[in-house]
Amino acid sequence: MFARIVTSALFAGATAGLLIALLQYAFVQPVLLHAELYETGTLVHFNAAPVSAIQDVSGFDPMRDLLSVLFTMLTYCGYAMILVALMGVAEERGADITLRNGMIWGLMGFIAAHLAPAFSLPPEVPGVAAADVLLRQYWWFATVATAAIAMWLIAFHFTMVGVGAAIVLLLLPHIIGAPQPAEFTGPVPTEIGALFASRALSVGLAAWIILGAFCAYFWTKEGEAA
Amino acid sequence: MKTTAATMTVEDHASASRTGLASAFFALILGVGIIAVTGHVQAAALHDAAHDVRHATGFPCH
Repeated sequence: MFARIVTSALFAGATAGLLIALLQYAFVQPVLLHAELYETGTLVHFNAAPVSAIQDVSGFDPMRDLLSVLFTMLTYCGYAMILVALMGVAEERGADITLRNGMIWGLMGFIAAHLAPAFSLPPEVPGVAAADVLLRQYWWFATVATAAIAMWLIAFHFTMVGVGAAIVLLLLPHIIGAPQPAEFTGPVPTEIGALFASRALSVGLAAWIILGAFCAYFWTKEGEAA
Repeated sequence: MKTTAATMTVEDHASASRTGLASAFFALILGVGIIAVTGHVQAAALHDAAHDVRHATGFPCH
């Protein structure tokens, strides 16, 4: 089973990751590069002279952009490893894994790994003020883990107790609160920050649905081959 | 040995399920490890290489 999980996760993560990298390059990267013009001080918000909202941030930086493609593929291979492992456990317990419900698995993964932490730690545009990175990472892992357990409870223990526990697990990290900065110092216009957050989340949603479908596809395909 | 569902005993099922769970567990740890390296480790070279992906994927970056 280990070989089947790893093989299907690597195929799913690499192929989905490549598509996701293209989506990020087309829709997220230009907003990030625009924000970096303010982060580095090339542009200054609320200076004496108004700054044009249109900036040329096109262009392909081979080293930087190809590393992004590689790391996107690696990141989604990691996520695929987790998603396929859980699909395997669910299948052993009698669940059907299909291409269509793989998309729902992906949606659940998006809620757990992207939306839940973003509720209190929004996707960060470069230059934003933020609390200590290690504290944020602890909070991030704890929030993703509790949200993932909540998704599992909703999917496979749909009882009063199961759903009740899921609601508590989903709310708890946000009631405790994410580490926040003591003061705001971000030099980037709010318009860019908001666009960045909504682009990152929307591409993340598409990414996870693609990943879920690919994981289910390769998992069932590897199962037929065995 | 290849065992078909029809010939599997109760013990076979239980042991297959145990190795299945162990496999899933190790894959899960491996997955979390990959996410930690690509998304979270703060070593400068890794951070710089993964910078744009960390921002776009919503990981705490700096």
